[in-house]
Amino acid sequence: MFLLALIPALKLARGVAIGYLGIDPVETLAIKTGTAAITLLLCSLAVTPIRRLTGWNELIRFRRLLGLMAFFYAVLHVATYVVFDQEGSLSLIAADVWEHPWVLFGMTAFLMLIPLALTSTRGWIRRLGGKRWNRLHRLVYPAAIFAVLHFLLAVKLDVRKPVLYIVVLAVLLGARVVWARQRAATQAPAGRPGPTPLTAAEPGN
Amino acid sequence: MLIRRPPDLLAREITDESAYFGRREFLRAMGYGAGAVAVSAAAPAALMACAPGKVDPDDKLTPWEAVTGYNNYYEFGTAKDDPAKNAHTLRPRPWKVRVEGEVARAADYDLDDLIKPFTMQERVYRHRCVEAWSMVVPWFGFPLRDLIARLEPTSKAKFVEFTTLADRQQMPLIRRPILDWPYIEALRMDEAMHPLTLMVTGVYGKALPNQNGAPLRLIVPWKYGFKGGKSIVRIRFLEQQPRNTWNIAAPNEYGFYANVNPAVDHPRWSQKRERRIGELFRRETLPFNGYADQVAPLYAGMDLRANF
Repeated sequence: MFLLALIPALKLARGVAIGYLGIDPVETLAIKTGTAAITLLLCSLAVTPIRRLTGWNELIRFRRLLGLMAFFYAVLHVATYVVFDQEGSLSLIAADVWEHPWVLFGMTAFLMLIPLALTSTRGWIRRLGGKRWNRLHRLVYPAAIFAVLHFLLAVKLDVRKPVLYIVVLAVLLGARVVWARQRAATQAPAGRPGPTPLTAAEPGN
Repeated sequence: MLIRRPPDLLAREITDESAYFGRREFLRAMGYGAGAVAVSAAAPAALMACAPGKVDPDDKLTPWEAVTGYNNYYEFGTAKDDPAKNAHTLRPRPWKVRVEGEVARAADYDLDDLIKPFTMQERVYRHRCVEAWSMVVPWFGFPLRDLIARLEPTSKAKFVEFTTLADRQQMPLIRRPILDWPYIEALRMDEAMHPLTLMVTGVYGKALPNQNGAPLRLIVPWKYGFKGGKSIVRIRFLEQQPRNTWNIAAPNEYGFYANVNPAVDHPRWSQKRERRIGELFRRETLPFNGYADQVAPLYAGMDLRANF
């Protein structure tokens, strides 16, 4: 799984090594890292629904990896933007973020992912406690929404790809809403405890 | 109209040798036959006729590979490398161009007959895409004004409209309604008559590759690239301003004029700076793509924010 998630980075590294990353290397970097980040983010969000539907619980072992790899690509993506598009100038970045929702959405998604990446360790789960950790990590939902909107606005006209991502995200989030409602419906009248609570070592998402 | 200033980039100052060596190949490819000798003799003369202007030493020619491998030609796909991969299905000869509307010599012309009277010249222009990237391209062609003069538009003609080929056989991808095909672009008559406005049949001393809009395209160097319709099959002279394809697709994002203007952002992204293909960092975008001295008077008194 790790190697699979590393493929886009290896391809880019190979391009850098041979000195050819397409006709506009900065655009190639931006598009490939951005696409990899959003794809992996959606993969990490698919873990829980797939587990639930298939009972394939092994999958949980990969969720943190998927999330961290998504963050890794997001860092590369933002670094490409900061270094090549804005030459590291904070005032240029601030103006760009302020003036263009596209950039604002992308930046918001990235900033939301930072605390999630930082608290992804076992130590942080223990320190925060499963419940608080889970609450914090719900930030991944708005982050994913901002990320796909950022993708949509970045495309000039041919929106098939971003729309596909939006549909996938809508299904992944929609499934959670439906299950949460079912859970509430079965819990409330009977007053029974819900399905097995998630342990700190295996936080929900 | 008076030529206020010659083009400020001189081909002979920055064109590399390969372009010049390629010129004969271009002429052969264009099938001029005996006419080729006259053209090749005339081309340097035309270049020499340009008085020296300010030359930006930063404006190096964008390599052939980029000019012909990084294209927006949505009839052949929306990725930058799609046109180079897919445009081989275009057949640039034989080619008919229909001339109609407010014009005395309306007819269906064979392309070679239509362009035969004109002296081909090389023009090195900056090319600025609305997506905020740019190139420097050695085009081959002739001023649109020469063609218009021959076609004799009537006094009612206020606009010139260009229609691009939309043929399902040659362009299978237009089955997808990404844009409202056929692709249409237009100029106000004074813009069309401006000496910088070029009908292009070649690039880098060769016949225009299909992905660049073979066999005939428009280049208006002070406007965003999408104004330059490719593979033109119809030229129509109109009294009323027509709508252009990108304006129909997204009226709030793409106007009729589409003059390069760093002061007016695209609603979604900045137009203040651009990436010159081949460079890693962005550079400042110049008003009218650096051709303000020549073309700004066309828009005197106009609100360029409203007429974007």
